[in-house]
Amino acid sequence: MMRGLSLDRGPLLPTLLLVPAAVLLGGLLALPLVLGVLLGFKDATIGEAGNFIGLDNYRYLITDPVFRITALNTALYTLVTVVFKLALGLALALILNQRFAGYRFWRSVLLLPYVVPTVLSAFAWWWILDPQFSFISWALLKLGILDQHVNFLGSAWLARASLMVANVWRGIPFFTVGYLAGLQSVPKELHEAAAIDGASSWRIFWEITWLLLLPLTTILTIFSAIFTFTDFQLIWTITRGGPANATHLFVTLAYQRAIPGGALGEGAAIAGFTLPFLALLAWAALDALRRQP
Amino acid sequence: MRRLLSIWLPLLAFALFLLFPFYWMVLTSIKPNAELVSVTANPFWVAHPTLDHVKYLLYSTSYPRWFWNTMAVASAATALSISVSFSAAVALARLRFRGSEGVSLGIYLAYLIPPAILFIPLAEVMLKLGWFDRLWSLVPVYSTFLIPFCTWLLVGYLKSIPRELEEAAMVDGASRVRIILEIILPLSAPGLISAFIFCFTLSWNEYLYALVFMSSPAHKTVPVGLATELVRGDIYQWGPLMAGALLGSLPVAVVYFFFVEHYVAGMSGALKG
Repeated sequence: MMRGLSLDRGPLLPTLLLVPAAVLLGGLLALPLVLGVLLGFKDATIGEAGNFIGLDNYRYLITDPVFRITALNTALYTLVTVVFKLALGLALALILNQRFAGYRFWRSVLLLPYVVPTVLSAFAWWWILDPQFSFISWALLKLGILDQHVNFLGSAWLARASLMVANVWRGIPFFTVGYLAGLQSVPKELHEAAAIDGASSWRIFWEITWLLLLPLTTILTIFSAIFTFTDFQLIWTITRGGPANATHLFVTLAYQRAIPGGALGEGAAIAGFTLPFLALLAWAALDALRRQP
Repeated sequence: MRRLLSIWLPLLAFALFLLFPFYWMVLTSIKPNAELVSVTANPFWVAHPTLDHVKYLLYSTSYPRWFWNTMAVASAATALSISVSFSAAVALARLRFRGSEGVSLGIYLAYLIPPAILFIPLAEVMLKLGWFDRLWSLVPVYSTFLIPFCTWLLVGYLKSIPRELEEAAMVDGASRVRIILEIILPLSAPGLISAFIFCFTLSWNEYLYALVFMSSPAHKTVPVGLATELVRGDIYQWGPLMAGALLGSLPVAVVYFFFVEHYVAGMSGALKG
């Protein structure tokens, strides 16, 4: 029998098992990542490979008012929506963690916003926010609170707020699922002991549940932050970065400049700006995962 | 009374907020145009439901084509990613070899690299390979964001299978390949189902790559087709658009409701190191 190249010992089998993943991820993920960083230092456009121009793209971008607004907007969008997603997601998890009639049904149904394709639900939001036919305007007019239709996506702050609501809507279930798993591991005895000692449920929540969930909160927050600040689908579907470039995030601006606009190098540089934040968040998440009990 | 305040009222508020857009989708897709643009009709109800929007979508647009495109790409990308991830996960979770720590770290980092920062340079790679506007090219491309997540999920799952089973089979003289195929694979079924749901739903959800890399209407996926062919700033498109969004959400919703326990278990499993 051939024993020289054995699958039963040595590194041959693990190597063979890892090759397909390595080829796909190497060629279509790692290589583009490197090419993207390089592209950020070139003046490439669609159809022209371009030359290395050092930091010119980056220098230009930090003086570009649209890019500055985009950076601030990305920070604000991420900060505000993550806070709301966390708070509402945890609240929903605390409700669903109690046993009541039909709780399985409610849990399944209320996670739907996270499951349904984002672009498709974003169409529904776009329609809900329509300047002429929004039911919100209709209701406010009927109630006599307003005397004209609200142009939700027509002014910068109203458009930003609308997008944040849509993003929170979609992201709540992510926290809910995470917290539902975490709540299973909070020992009931602690709650009972505290209740016997006469602690209010508010205090029990902050001093037991919240503290025990803290490591999980860190992980959920970091993951949510990564997905939120690299969001594209919602923004591009609902506002395309408008009105007047007020609602761009890094990725929608990179897309607009690189694909319809043709400035590949500049687009790659905008994406390049996200890399340090991504690296920082990835490191923080790794640290939190390792500390998890 | 206490339960009313601690469960039912807040639950109702969440249900209203989280489910309303779906109600709106359904309502709009069966509402005739006359009612959609009416300023007097009650917007929350439909007086004369119609299937006109669905008919228009199915017979006057390329929607059926986009639907099958998405279905084919999602199915193929899922099959590819699960096989590749399973074999990688077996190597990482069940075999000892030098450098396995490094590979695990690489997979984790790959999971955190969003398509959003790769699509520009990837467009270059696709052009060089001659893969632009070829539907099947989305299969390997989608696998790049599916494999890291699935591998991670499956590694976690495989680590929970007791080693004794394997050792017993080894004592009986079974080869490593046979052990993987006949012991580990069947035991991984629940993990594989979770991986399947995530791959399938994430593929249906994908937008950016399909938007950038597919250009002819015959090669578009549901989200891209709807966004580029049906959105023309014309209010009369709302009916078909919502009908398209609704029909496009169905495959994902069906798979999800069928395997909801696996979905929840998979998502919480993926949050563990």
